[in-house]
Amino acid sequence: MSQVENPTLSEYRKREQSITLSPTEEQLDPAAGADATVQQVLTLNFGPHHPATHGVLRLLVTLQGEVVRDIKPIIGYVHTGIEKTAEDKAYWKVIPVIERMDYLSYYFNAMAFVGAVETLLEVQVPPRAQYLRVIHLELNRIMSHLVWLGTSALDLGAISMFWYCFRERETILDLFEMSSGQRMHTRYFQVGGVIEDIPPGFASKLQGFLDEMPARVDQYGDLLNGNEIVLKRLRGTCPLDAQTLLSLGVTGPLLRAAGNPWDLRKAAPFGSYGDFDFKIPVGTVGDNYDRFAVRMAEMRESVKIIAQALAGLPEGPYITDDRKVALPPRHELATSMEALIHHFKLVTEGFRVPPGEVYFPLESPRGELGCFVRSDGSSKPARVHMRDPSFVNLQAFAHMAKGAYIADMIATLAMLDPILGGIDR
Amino acid sequence: MRVEELTAPQMLRGGELEGLTPSAHLEGADLERHVQERVLTTTLERATAWARSNSFFPATFGLACCAIEMMSIVAARVDVARFGYEAFRASPRQADLLILSGRVSIKMAPIVRRIYDQMLEPKWAISMGACCSSMGVFNNYALVPADKFLPIDVHVPGCPPRPEALMHGVLKLRKMVQDDAEESWRERYGAVGTEEIAPGA
Amino acid sequence: MPDATGLELIAQDLRKTIGGGDGADPVLDTVFFRGRATVSVRAEAIRAVLAQLRRRGYSFMSSLHGVDYYPDEPRLGVIYELLDMSRVDRITVKVRVPSDAPELHSVTPETPEGPGWPTANHQEREVYDMFGVIFRDHPDLRRILMPEDYEGHPQRRDFPVGGEPVEFTFNEGEGPTSSRGAGSAR
Repeated sequence: MSQVENPTLSEYRKREQSITLSPTEEQLDPAAGADATVQQVLTLNFGPHHPATHGVLRLLVTLQGEVVRDIKPIIGYVHTGIEKTAEDKAYWKVIPVIERMDYLSYYFNAMAFVGAVETLLEVQVPPRAQYLRVIHLELNRIMSHLVWLGTSALDLGAISMFWYCFRERETILDLFEMSSGQRMHTRYFQVGGVIEDIPPGFASKLQGFLDEMPARVDQYGDLLNGNEIVLKRLRGTCPLDAQTLLSLGVTGPLLRAAGNPWDLRKAAPFGSYGDFDFKIPVGTVGDNYDRFAVRMAEMRESVKIIAQALAGLPEGPYITDDRKVALPPRHELATSMEALIHHFKLVTEGFRVPPGEVYFPLESPRGELGCFVRSDGSSKPARVHMRDPSFVNLQAFAHMAKGAYIADMIATLAMLDPILGGIDR
Repeated sequence: MRVEELTAPQMLRGGELEGLTPSAHLEGADLERHVQERVLTTTLERATAWARSNSFFPATFGLACCAIEMMSIVAARVDVARFGYEAFRASPRQADLLILSGRVSIKMAPIVRRIYDQMLEPKWAISMGACCSSMGVFNNYALVPADKFLPIDVHVPGCPPRPEALMHGVLKLRKMVQDDAEESWRERYGAVGTEEIAPGA
Repeated sequence: MPDATGLELIAQDLRKTIGGGDGADPVLDTVFFRGRATVSVRAEAIRAVLAQLRRRGYSFMSSLHGVDYYPDEPRLGVIYELLDMSRVDRITVKVRVPSDAPELHSVTPETPEGPGWPTANHQEREVYDMFGVIFRDHPDLRRILMPEDYEGHPQRRDFPVGGEPVEFTFNEGEGPTSSRGAGSAR
């Protein structure tokens, strides 16, 4: 290394700065000194505060000229202790806390946790609630991809995409506000179903959104797919094969872009995902363009799923009838003593879950999102762990960007779609 | 349309104009009313405060979920450019408003403080959301409320606050800056004399 | 998921192929709960067990996380979720280590027993950071989420949740961020 050894560095800092050069490039001679013809390596800090790091991700990038030789991501700058906080709260109170983990796919976080608890409790979710869940999950998927598209285009320099994507996002957030009262972190999913039925007007507004969305996705495609700069930056840059991705534990659009059609919605559908007819977009090369195209196509497929769910929305209760788990409807509280007692027990202590451990995986916009819940029989979980897709996908970043230019590294980071809230939890 | 070129005495005293009914020189109360209708007087501090308050350069400082709603105010529905604040600057040296959006973890707190110190005076900070104003939803070992290490001017509650709520907070700050032209944060928060001198400097 | 019989067959296969040098049974327990299969193994045998499961088809590691079974000893558990993509089969491998000797072989690097699991890199660091389980031969074992000089392992159950005291009217003006405490504005 051509850096001067700083004796005040702690062991941690020394290990953080160690670099592993890719094996194919020529050996650098540290004794060459200030010879200008010998290329030196420079370790640059893409600090946690950076416009292009999609949150507070810190990268130690070792550069040889403009070529990236090594990347060391340093995370933990938005670590919130969500899993520890969740151990301290009753099960239904954990839902708002766990939603704020991966802050763009909050319905998925809630679904993973609620699915795990429902598995432990063996409680049945009524079909209307399952369909409503699918509608909201797929709306969240579209919204997450829209924010990804807006911010990625911003990173690449196509700044005006940001406003178009956020225009669509506002419509989706209006729908969320209609059904649950909140734009983000809606705490709409509860154990046993959803907290409230959709209001009148939701269906027609949703239908209006579905009618115009495919045209909008086409517009985004027109804006970006014909743009030579975008194509040059994305086509052929930083590919990674499916085998390496699998060994690194990567799932989601990154794996599908590399050619492996693994999608938990098709492979292991939960709830009523098996009722819907949709395709899984799969890439061929696994470069940045494929990652981009896979997510664009996924938005279209999600629109199809929502349309089918809306058309086939069954009537019925929106939450389970099991009063030990779900709150009774308010009008019963005035007439029924059991309802009052159930309400009281649920609100003060919460329901108890039989002891056991369960891991519930589902397909979030970034990959496999899993929730591990261990219960010890009390009304608070003993351990909640979220297997976040971005946390595992980030390990592939160094493999993808080694040997590429800095600008390609930025584009790859954008296409990786990391959400630091999920990475750091 | 008639273009008029008036000299200052003419403007102030209602001087003669070609082709118009000549108005006499105004005196006394008429003159005062004439002047009040045409001239704005203020102090230099108030004028600069007005200019500063209408052109914040926010620093792009998104930490977590609140950052997504902060991006929403830049988007078209709640358009922050209406008020003149669309110039988000990535470098803290060029920014004067730090919108702390999201939860500040203990690893991040010294970095936030460093960013704030790198900003040039006059500078303001808005703590957006419940997590940095108080501890928010997560009252645990990993977070620090922003008041502990940063002088915050406006706290915007919400989890996350609606873009309109954040806009309300920014406009409240605008009113604050217009009213009080105090520049240095140390003077605003009674911290004069607490400057740290690095050893060996 | 392998059903209950499938799980027993897997456990038998593990016993047969690994068998432990000192005659110890690598498999401690099998649990089939809510349609999910869990096999608890001895800590020393973890690499061999994962390698054997990989040969049986479970080639994708979904998740590696820690659990604190306080106050039961052995206290610190590490759970490996494996997935067989071709048959859509999941199996959970559980290891428990005592808190006075929280050491475990890291499954990240490549060893004579087989190719490693590179996905375990960050995840083992997280288990080390949050629970204090030391993974031998991990290429880069240091804290990942907490600051590097943090003392303590936060997700252990005897670590306090922490946080700021909530300010009500009766204790108003006592904390450092209160309106009447030190460092207040104007």
